Amino acid sequence: MFNALQGWLSIFLWDWLAILMTLVLQVVIVVLPIMIAVAFLTLAERKVIGFMQVRMGPNRVGPNGILQPFADALKLIMKEFVRPQQSNLYLFIIAPVLALAPVVAAWAVIPFGEGAVVSDINVGVMYVLAVSSIVVYGVIIAGWASNSKYAFLGALRASAQKVSYEIAMGFALVTVLMVAGSMNLTEIVHGQQGGFWNWYWIPLLPMLAVYFISGLAETNRTPFDVVEGEAEIVAGFHVEYSSMGFGVFMLAEYAMMVLISFMTAIMFLGGWYSPFENIPVLDPLTAWIPGFIWLFLKVAFLLFLFLWFRATFPRYRYDQLMRLGWKVLIPLTIVWVFVVGVMHYFSIGPWFN
Amino acid sequence: MPEIRNYTLNFGPQHPSAHGVLRLVLELDGETVVRSDPHIGLLHRGTEKLAEYKPYNQSIGYMDRLDYVSMMSNEHAYVMAIEKMLGLEVPERAQYIRVMFDEITRILNHLMWLGAHALDIGAMTVFLYAFREREDLMDCYEAVSGARMHATYYRPGGVYRDLPDTMAKYQSSKWHQGRDLDKLNETREGSLLDFIEAFTQRFPGYVDEYETLLTDNRIWKQRTVDIAIVSPERALQLGFTGPMLRGSGIAWDLRKKQPYEVYDKLDFDIPVGKTGDSYDRYLVRVAEMRESNKIIKQCVEWLKNNPGPVIAADHKVTPPSREDAKTNMEALIHHFKLFTEGFILPAGEAYSAVEHPKGEFGIYMVSDGANKPYRLKVRAPGFPHLAALDEMAKGHMIADVVTIIGTQDIVFGEIDR
Repeated sequence: MFNALQGWLSIFLWDWLAILMTLVLQVVIVVLPIMIAVAFLTLAERKVIGFMQVRMGPNRVGPNGILQPFADALKLIMKEFVRPQQSNLYLFIIAPVLALAPVVAAWAVIPFGEGAVVSDINVGVMYVLAVSSIVVYGVIIAGWASNSKYAFLGALRASAQKVSYEIAMGFALVTVLMVAGSMNLTEIVHGQQGGFWNWYWIPLLPMLAVYFISGLAETNRTPFDVVEGEAEIVAGFHVEYSSMGFGVFMLAEYAMMVLISFMTAIMFLGGWYSPFENIPVLDPLTAWIPGFIWLFLKVAFLLFLFLWFRATFPRYRYDQLMRLGWKVLIPLTIVWVFVVGVMHYFSIGPWFN
Repeated sequence: MPEIRNYTLNFGPQHPSAHGVLRLVLELDGETVVRSDPHIGLLHRGTEKLAEYKPYNQSIGYMDRLDYVSMMSNEHAYVMAIEKMLGLEVPERAQYIRVMFDEITRILNHLMWLGAHALDIGAMTVFLYAFREREDLMDCYEAVSGARMHATYYRPGGVYRDLPDTMAKYQSSKWHQGRDLDKLNETREGSLLDFIEAFTQRFPGYVDEYETLLTDNRIWKQRTVDIAIVSPERALQLGFTGPMLRGSGIAWDLRKKQPYEVYDKLDFDIPVGKTGDSYDRYLVRVAEMRESNKIIKQCVEWLKNNPGPVIAADHKVTPPSREDAKTNMEALIHHFKLFTEGFILPAGEAYSAVEHPKGEFGIYMVSDGANKPYRLKVRAPGFPHLAALDEMAKGHMIADVVTIIGTQDIVFGEIDR
């Protein structure tokens, strides 16, 4: 579709302009819904946690609070941008951008359905891993530029935490690559065709857990929110940020949550495939449901888990969190790499044929 | 070679887990606490000095504001000191009411502590669950005194008035109507005692709910077990009282050791800890909530069957009834004298202590025979606890400092006075 558009545009315009316009359109089509999804994720979070905590959640702006995210955004935009006097202005401003930009950039390779991807590159998994790891620079720079002791502690914690959990995350992805035999995200989904027992979560169940737990840690969500540590280091790295600076950090955090959920759904839960494929009665009954609906349902479920954990768990202490990462998750992933190798050697199940 | 210095962090007073206005100056080696230096005085209101300038009965309200999450327990120690000096006999019904409200206060305090402690450690749902129950107990406060927090309900010689026969009900609103509303008002149809009885029946279930979220939670255990261990000997030396002392394994409870009011007629146990760490103190306090619930149940039972006066009839100290004051000259004079210059305590001194939810809350009162105390000293349980913070926090991490502040159940109203 976009190729046709580009061809049609190049009739009137220079080629490079036609390509640029098509690309920008594609980016807008991907980023805009994500930003809206992020806005409503904040509302969903407050509503879900409100429900779990026997209260109502926001219900004043619009019917049942549905417009609350826009009220929040408006409030943040209208507020004064306060900068600590001794802070480094350039770094102070660049930090939130560095936190948000990679998260948005990572969406370039995420397939939303058959062929519905901005850039179908062969190293999709590597790209996501590489780009999303830049986020940590935003956090570190924010903590350092704020010139606040709390922010600095938060930044130190963030750098250690994110780097450690990225290893576990990377190894979990290695097992996926071993099963799928490809780094292209679309190919990975293709490998999982044929009902939910063909999805990779069965041979990689511990890796699903590891990946999701690392995802929690990567996004600084409870129980791994020591970087923000509300009760200890107040808000950690973004304690000095106000107005849209803070808003951008929030956007980045929630966009990252959505990204992690998409990655989990794509790599372990069969992407856009229906769970009822090849099941006699259910498959014809649900055949009319388009693929991206299934993908969104899976993502919604994973996002719900994020919120559920937040309502349930206390926070780890910093050293305990590191211990979990290095002494439990990373050894587990390494062991599982061998297990997958053995399974591969004996061509077990529908996954390794 | 660069000089290596410790990181000094100013923790509070504007800090989400400073429990009010605690200011700590933390000296950190990495994230490990080398020294923590609590600074107090940011909530100092001069309660002791103010009391010296007021007739005895006008200072009761100040007592509420000392430890502002266990209001009636503070009043209790104060009015007991006055009664001790006057040798005033309190009617039995008033004693039961006081004990009942002391225990309601204990649950109020422990719920607040549980919620705040869990929130400090990151589990925020418990906080809101705890506040759901606090709401009901606050309504009990409101029903007897008209105020949800600063009740001024205990008076020298008894309590201000008898328990009401009706409970306030929720009104219909945009958010609660129809069956929703009926459910909210279900237990509010009868008297206050019926309401409290219904509460005691459902409360153990609620405590189970909190325990489900915390007691066996791995993260909760990792955060509290072996944090801030205080040995029994050290706890005694540091002057700990209440759950802080019992958490270390010493079964010291004024309700058992020197029973006041009617505690000797009631059946309850004293939970004690074993290792003296934060987890034990958590368990002790949760168990105390269940014990308090038991006491309230017994009090409700007794109060339902034994009507009677709730304040002593000595009108030199207690106000006469409104009707009397309108028709009886002597009652009018009593009323006038009492509310203008108060009453006079014989010269002497008295110390009265109650088992406050946080420990031993004592009032030491010296009278020179005037209508105001010559000196009033408040023994706040939180003060020695806070003084031990440095010792408890040494060698732990910043996140544990938050746990320790939580486990000490610090409220600045009483520490700064």
